[in-house]
Amino acid sequence: MSKTPVLEFRGVTKRFGTLTANDNVSLTLHQGEVLALLGENGAGKTTLMNILFGHYQADEGEILVDGETLPPGSTQSAINAGIGMVHQHFTLADNLSVLENITLGTESLWSLRQDQAKAREKLAAMISDYGLVVDPDAQVSELSVGERQRVEILKALYRDARILILDEPTAVLTPQEAERLFATLKSITEKGLAIIFISHKLHEILAVSNRIAVLRRGAIVGTLETAVSKREQLAELMVGRMVTRPRLSAIEPGELVLEVRDLSTSGTGATELKQVDLTLHQHEIVGIAGVAGNGQGTLADILSGLRKDFSGTVQLNGQMLKAGNPRAIVASGVGRIPEDRHARGVVADMDIWENLISEDIRSDEVCRAGFIIDGTSARARAEKQIEKFDVRCKGPDAETKLLSGGNMQKLILARALSNTPSFILANQPVRGLDEGAIAYVQEQLLEARKRGAAILLVSEDLDELMALTDRMAVMSHGTLSSALPTGDRTIAEIGLMMAGHGDQGQSNMGISANGH
Amino acid sequence: MVIEPRETVSVWRAGLAPVWAILASLVVCAMLISWAGASIPNAYYLLFKGAFGSAFALNETLTRSIPLIFTGLAVSVAFRAKFYNIGAEGQLYAGALAATFFGTGLITLPPALMVPFLVLTGALAGGALLIIPVLLKTHLKVDEVVTTLLLNFVVLLVVSYLIEGPWKDPASLGWPQAASIIDEGVLPTLLAKGRLHFGLIIALFMAVIIWLMMRFTVQGYEIRAVGHNAKAAEFSGINVNRTVIMTAMISGGLAGIAGVSETAGLKGYLTLDLSPGFGYTGIAVAMLAQLNPLAVVPAAIFLSAVYVGADAMSRAVNIPTYIADVLVGVSILAVLCSVMLSQYRIRWRT
Repeated sequence: MSKTPVLEFRGVTKRFGTLTANDNVSLTLHQGEVLALLGENGAGKTTLMNILFGHYQADEGEILVDGETLPPGSTQSAINAGIGMVHQHFTLADNLSVLENITLGTESLWSLRQDQAKAREKLAAMISDYGLVVDPDAQVSELSVGERQRVEILKALYRDARILILDEPTAVLTPQEAERLFATLKSITEKGLAIIFISHKLHEILAVSNRIAVLRRGAIVGTLETAVSKREQLAELMVGRMVTRPRLSAIEPGELVLEVRDLSTSGTGATELKQVDLTLHQHEIVGIAGVAGNGQGTLADILSGLRKDFSGTVQLNGQMLKAGNPRAIVASGVGRIPEDRHARGVVADMDIWENLISEDIRSDEVCRAGFIIDGTSARARAEKQIEKFDVRCKGPDAETKLLSGGNMQKLILARALSNTPSFILANQPVRGLDEGAIAYVQEQLLEARKRGAAILLVSEDLDELMALTDRMAVMSHGTLSSALPTGDRTIAEIGLMMAGHGDQGQSNMGISANGH
Repeated sequence: MVIEPRETVSVWRAGLAPVWAILASLVVCAMLISWAGASIPNAYYLLFKGAFGSAFALNETLTRSIPLIFTGLAVSVAFRAKFYNIGAEGQLYAGALAATFFGTGLITLPPALMVPFLVLTGALAGGALLIIPVLLKTHLKVDEVVTTLLLNFVVLLVVSYLIEGPWKDPASLGWPQAASIIDEGVLPTLLAKGRLHFGLIIALFMAVIIWLMMRFTVQGYEIRAVGHNAKAAEFSGINVNRTVIMTAMISGGLAGIAGVSETAGLKGYLTLDLSPGFGYTGIAVAMLAQLNPLAVVPAAIFLSAVYVGADAMSRAVNIPTYIADVLVGVSILAVLCSVMLSQYRIRWRT
């Protein structure tokens, strides 16, 4: 392509102290193409986009739009240059209509009346041009996640964006909604716009892009034509070595460990549980798929001992669960990996050894006379756990906040798995980790399964669930489907169930699996 | 200009933050002193001399630091759990009320029992005053800054009512003050000359006890965990509400002892000017000590010296004593800035 690229990064470098977040990044984006930006968590994708939008200023290098230098550090000039961003977390006002959300901020400050008729006309044209079907008068609070994303895209297009950036756009979508998004993106590029699609999911990138730029540790390590790219090759480029994520080996399930019967919570929201039944056996990993905010968090809270206002029964190894009492639950043989390691998993301002005793601080092992902490034996135990779980740190007295995400998760694993629990609740255990840490966490879970633990794996990543679970259930609006052997349902069927279409049979779908 | 977090904060940098803060506040006040027309070295010399220059001065400085150690400890414990108790002033008076109620003849015990008894009742009274604010916070999420601050005024009005009315000492010749603490309840003085009293020993003892508790016990661990990250504390099985209530009781109790110590140790009876804002200055003490119970002792002595020394200086060079308040105020701001700068760095762009 000899034409001037619509967007060009030239040698962009950004450092935070000793960390180089972006290292001499050069990229070009041409009219009518989808450029995928592929990289692990922490590879520098988000930093690069923040520089483009003027939230950060690059230390070196420049950004050109249509051959003209974009003034650094100015969000407004990025928008004026025709760059539109669709964030992973939506920035919509729930109590306004779609039309109001889209026009918000575009009216002149001094006009007392909004020029609604004109805006409505423009929006209608965009909706029909791009196939972004959504009712302009609907309240945003009534829309599904997929519809909200369409509103976000329309919002950017309404501001005459010619370059659209989508940051992990499929994270909150069901597989069907993702398919539909890809079709939309195609029609947008056919109209002459250019798109940067940020993701770490290989199959999506292969499905949607024309070219792929791979970012590793802040630097571009390769730019490839999608048509000639292979999944394995991209994975290796992204991670820097061959990637082999662990997979299940066949083990016969053992005795019943966890039995949840008729579990409900009061209230009517999507996060309230409605008659949930679930059983887990020894040597078994059961997955729960679902879009975030459909009750997985509530179930996890109950099983971790954070909630006791529920009806129904939860039995662990034949005993009733000590509802609302995390320490008793841990003592009865439950290992818990919380969803958000920073918010719930650790107290970042305390030392590593202190975080390692948080769940059994009153046990004889680390406590004397019922109230004095035995720092010597607590540190000695921490030392062993650090070594066993390969937590890279200066020692038990190091501050927890200095750990990387992966090492922090290893610390949580060390705490949760050290006393060989019979039941492990793993809520999004690999979210936000790099490949090395992901493989480590997954291996530890498989190891626990092998020795006889029952594991409940809650995840939004269907690939992870497909690879790691013996059985799988889908959660939608607080209802949990039956947990069938993994593989009995296709990805497409699971996607429909995630969208709330119930536990239907396999023949009446009309949608085929999307090529995993 | 950009502000960036430092990757690592050395112990030295963090520990020296208050020292830089004190130096910075001295510089700021030097400008005020020269503006007021006095010589800066002379003023600071007089301030130092007034605080430490003689046995009498040292005695006064230490005496005045006693209530500040108690209130400083009260605030540092509470702030550790992110329970923002601004009511140490009211809790101090609650302790003084308890000491006056029990210590002016209602109960008579031998001195070895009477003094601990009064200290205990004062601590309970100070804690009791925090029951309503802490339960409002834990159960209804009412902001404790507002409730504890406003309760200070309520308590002062109650004190005012009592010493002008039912508790007024008939022998006081019309002055609004309560009856004197009986001899068995009075804290003994420590030295032959001067006003320094046994309250200092209690204060130092409490500082060590609180330090040991925060560092080596399950309760201290739970207070720190709740303060740093309540959600993670809850996940690990700590009862967050119970911990906050316990913290409030300890904090209120410490401030209550300050009231007992001032009433039964220094003044001998309750008046409305028992405390010139020791409860509020306790916040400055705690911030200067960076919430470390042992560091509360030197921080309290430093601020006490500023007040005592500024008194002497202002008399000698004719500067208003408010310079002491300014110095304390500036040093708090400087501490906050220096703590921030020990964790963040400012980079100037070219």
